[in-house]
Amino acid sequence: MNDSAFPSDLAPKALANTSVLDRLQERWKTIVIVLPFVWLLVFFLAPFFIVAKISLAELEISSPPFTAMIEWVDGTIVTIRLVFDNFIYIFEDPLYSKTYLNSIKIAFISTLLALLLGYPISYGIVRSNPVTKQLLLFAIILPFWTSFLLRVYAWMGLLADQGTINNLLISLGLIETPLRMLYTEFAVYVGIVYTYLPFMILPLYANMEKLDVTLNEAAADLGSGPINTFFKITLPLTMPGVIAGALLVFIPATGEYVIPDLLGGGNVQMIGRQLYNEFARNIDWPVAAAVAIVLLLILVLPMAIYQYYQGRAAERI
Amino acid sequence: MVSQSNDRADTAKNALNDEKPLLQIRNVTKKFGDFTAVNNVDLDIHSGELFCLLGGSGCGKSTLLRMLAGFETPTSGQILIESKDMSGVPPYQRPTNMMFQSYALFPHMSVEKNIAFGLQQDGINRSEIKDRTQNMLKLVELQGYEKRRPGQLSGGQRQRVALARALVKEPKLLLLDEPLGALDKKLREQTQFELMNIQYKVGVTFVVVTHDQEEAMVLSDRIAVMDKGAFIQIGSPTEIYEFPKNRFVANFIGSANIFEGRVIENTSKSLKITTDLGEVELKQSSTLTVGSTVYLGIRPEKISIDKDASSKKQDFTTSGVVEDIGYLGNTSRYKVRLDQGTLVDVTAQNHLRPQNRSHAFSWEENVSLHWDASNVMLLTS
Repeated sequence: MNDSAFPSDLAPKALANTSVLDRLQERWKTIVIVLPFVWLLVFFLAPFFIVAKISLAELEISSPPFTAMIEWVDGTIVTIRLVFDNFIYIFEDPLYSKTYLNSIKIAFISTLLALLLGYPISYGIVRSNPVTKQLLLFAIILPFWTSFLLRVYAWMGLLADQGTINNLLISLGLIETPLRMLYTEFAVYVGIVYTYLPFMILPLYANMEKLDVTLNEAAADLGSGPINTFFKITLPLTMPGVIAGALLVFIPATGEYVIPDLLGGGNVQMIGRQLYNEFARNIDWPVAAAVAIVLLLILVLPMAIYQYYQGRAAERI
Repeated sequence: MVSQSNDRADTAKNALNDEKPLLQIRNVTKKFGDFTAVNNVDLDIHSGELFCLLGGSGCGKSTLLRMLAGFETPTSGQILIESKDMSGVPPYQRPTNMMFQSYALFPHMSVEKNIAFGLQQDGINRSEIKDRTQNMLKLVELQGYEKRRPGQLSGGQRQRVALARALVKEPKLLLLDEPLGALDKKLREQTQFELMNIQYKVGVTFVVVTHDQEEAMVLSDRIAVMDKGAFIQIGSPTEIYEFPKNRFVANFIGSANIFEGRVIENTSKSLKITTDLGEVELKQSSTLTVGSTVYLGIRPEKISIDKDASSKKQDFTTSGVVEDIGYLGNTSRYKVRLDQGTLVDVTAQNHLRPQNRSHAFSWEENVSLHWDASNVMLLTS
């Protein structure tokens, strides 16, 4: 202690100072973590409970158009009404189960198409020279500069019977009568894949950027041809990007409303459209809320799978 | 250990006498745009050799190695392995394996799977893969680490997995890109000998790329010193160190004091050269004409340093003043300013423990230097 470089009266002070700093830093950590939690609590969890509450009410011609859950008389609770009829209705009416399944099918196929398109695009971007890379990434993000709605309307113009594509094909003499594209499932696929492709490409790009090219060389050196190397090395190592991209496409695509409404017309039943109909046309808030809750539960499943894989990947490293 | 190193020398010698070299590099040139990475090199490597490509960064040694592995295609020239032309043969069909500088271990596979990967590509049956993988793990002393992933290993362990993975296919030619570059000094020295032992055990021909001259000296049967894409000198470590061809090699391998001189007499048996330090007579034949400029080199450890000028009788004696001392523990390095004004490096062993922390020589002390003419190296520019 006597050999210490600091005079003994200075040492405790210095210690106290650092501990105050440390405590501040500790508090900062707490603040940084708590803020997003508060945000989610206020803007996600609270609305969710409100929706859940509405889903357990009954339709009523009033404002708001549903029955109250709790009845109060003189500050005491008289009755609590929880109505499960809406859920039973959704499960019993085949329209809803068919619409849910159709939504999932369309979202799943769209995700697969986006992956098949997005994977080679991402790979190409990662492998291109730095200048081209920036340019290509910019091109991927560029569509966001225009309103989403406007872009979907543009697709209506392209796909319509008298639209750009049909006119072009007819003028080239490839077809005689216009192809029916708009208001078909095909148009919905085109719309969803087109809209959500960047959400597939960007996480894939971020993942592939970290991929070490020498691993491919090492595989080749050990006797593995290009195709085998892709399936044994590249694909497994880019799986986190594939999963992230697939979820970013699948989840919003399942609940998509605008694209099936504008490009699918009445011919493509998706749950987002059904939800809107219940809410805005039938003014049946409780059923709309129940539809939303069931949709959420369906989507939580892939999210949970994703979280599980993320956790496992983190464990590995 | 002694007998083994003799064996090594014998196999290398036998290999050199062998008629057919394992690897033939014929006038290979590699250009990247305007830049010539490898410039018209020619080389034979025989079976069982441990050959080093030595040079600074950007000298083309790695590019040459990558051409042998098949990752780069020569702009012109030919590479033959066992007399078979390798042009157009992709890496996955070559009888070579490479150990990468970064090791390039597959992060999503266990140690065992990393090593087995190459064997699986050849469609070898499971039990044989298991046996050979186990043998490799034993060879690199990594038994018990089968299930670990590369991320859970230390640098030295990863290096050994990389070596095992490259060796398990029993390649004709093993290419090693800075195999010890990522290890710390102590581990590197230890691993150098392990690498030599493994090469001896498996009998595979090694071509090692390194920038570390000490590593090249310890490992190699032969070394090719490279600069600007070309071979400057090819020879055994002793040849390269004791008989460097020119100033570049003399300076790159170890260090050398170099003096400029002029040939004043050339008989068939000896060469008389005049320098700033006086005349030197070298007992070697040469084609140098009288009047031509030459360079003479003398290694710092081949100069003896003394306080007393008359104590030793050697071919050459001069005197100077100690200007700087570098104490390295086992040796000391002195910078001596000669009376003519030239600064000379001298290395001396510290045989005795100095008293009172003083070195054998101190700053500003007058000393005399001696060396034998036989230690003088004749260098071209």
